[in-house]
Amino acid sequence: MIAALGLLLGIIAGLAFAPDVPLSLQNYLPIAVVAALDAVFGALRAYLDGIFDDKVFVVSFVSNVVVAAAIVYLGDQLGVGSQLSTGVVVVLGIRIFSNVAAIRRHVFHA
Amino acid sequence: MPDPMPDQEPDPESHAAHRSDRDPEPGRERLRHAVVRPSRRQVVVAVLLAVLGFAFVVQVRDTKANDTYSGLRESELIEVLDGLTGTAERARREVGRLEARRDELTNESRARSAALDEAEQRVRTLNIIAGLVPVTGPGLRMTINESSSRVNVGSLLDTVQELRTAGAEAMEFNDSIRVGADSSFDNAVGGIELDGQLLEPPYVLEVIGDPHVLHTALTFSTGPIETLETYDGASVEVEELEAVDITSVREPARPEYAEPGTGQ
Repeated sequence: MIAALGLLLGIIAGLAFAPDVPLSLQNYLPIAVVAALDAVFGALRAYLDGIFDDKVFVVSFVSNVVVAAAIVYLGDQLGVGSQLSTGVVVVLGIRIFSNVAAIRRHVFHA
Repeated sequence: MPDPMPDQEPDPESHAAHRSDRDPEPGRERLRHAVVRPSRRQVVVAVLLAVLGFAFVVQVRDTKANDTYSGLRESELIEVLDGLTGTAERARREVGRLEARRDELTNESRARSAALDEAEQRVRTLNIIAGLVPVTGPGLRMTINESSSRVNVGSLLDTVQELRTAGAEAMEFNDSIRVGADSSFDNAVGGIELDGQLLEPPYVLEVIGDPHVLHTALTFSTGPIETLETYDGASVEVEELEAVDITSVREPARPEYAEPGTGQ
């Protein structure tokens, strides 16, 4: 419940303040958001499996975001930034899909 | 990472089908429990989700605002620029090709219309010379009345020849027979035959040309008028006119033997 409220609060804050994304973060924010989404779905799955741990969630959330951004940053330095961000998005997308499938099995038994 | 943690709660049977055998709805139970009775642990989760929601919304708004090129990487911009340069180059080549084609067609049509104008001018001139069209212009009318004797063919022929020499451009006898390049005179019963048609006196000859010059060509000493009046006993009347209308035309005759020479 509190978690849902937090999500709502974040969305409202984003709509209310509507800050501009700094130019230096422009390439990394979308990847970070996708990585965080992956962490959240993983956490939800773990929770439904009954193995959720908030410390693990915090660490996985932060490390997901940092690693994804770092990979893209590295790619930008190597001149393959767009290709690497595509790769990261594909990998994270696959993970999100499999996590959502597990969640679906829990919730709908199908 | 949100990996399942086997050390925390070993769960070898991770398949939903197996689990649902011993526990009908463990996931749903836990979810309901979390919603109904929130624990302190959820605060941390809420903070992270708030961050996620914030970032998500910001990114979505930024993407919507930046549908132009400002969000692209340098290499992507270079690619876009390359593409545009190529397209512009192709378009420029196409423009050049089409312009050359247009100039070509314009020249062609101009040359063609010039040739057409010239041909039309030529046709107009030739029609007048050949007597194929009615004409009008300044000139004179010559009336030859027979009295005692008949008018000689030779005298008429001389008259026509003198008028031609003086620059007559069109001639007509008796308002009915146009004189052309291939006209011929002959004696006939009751008059004179011109191009196979009978001319009866009085002979009215209408001529287009410079009236004064034409008149002079007829009146000199031993000229056509004198000949007609003295030898043929005819009376000749000449009037210079501002406008002479010649309405009769000749049928174009196709040459049977003559062909254009190859020298042209």
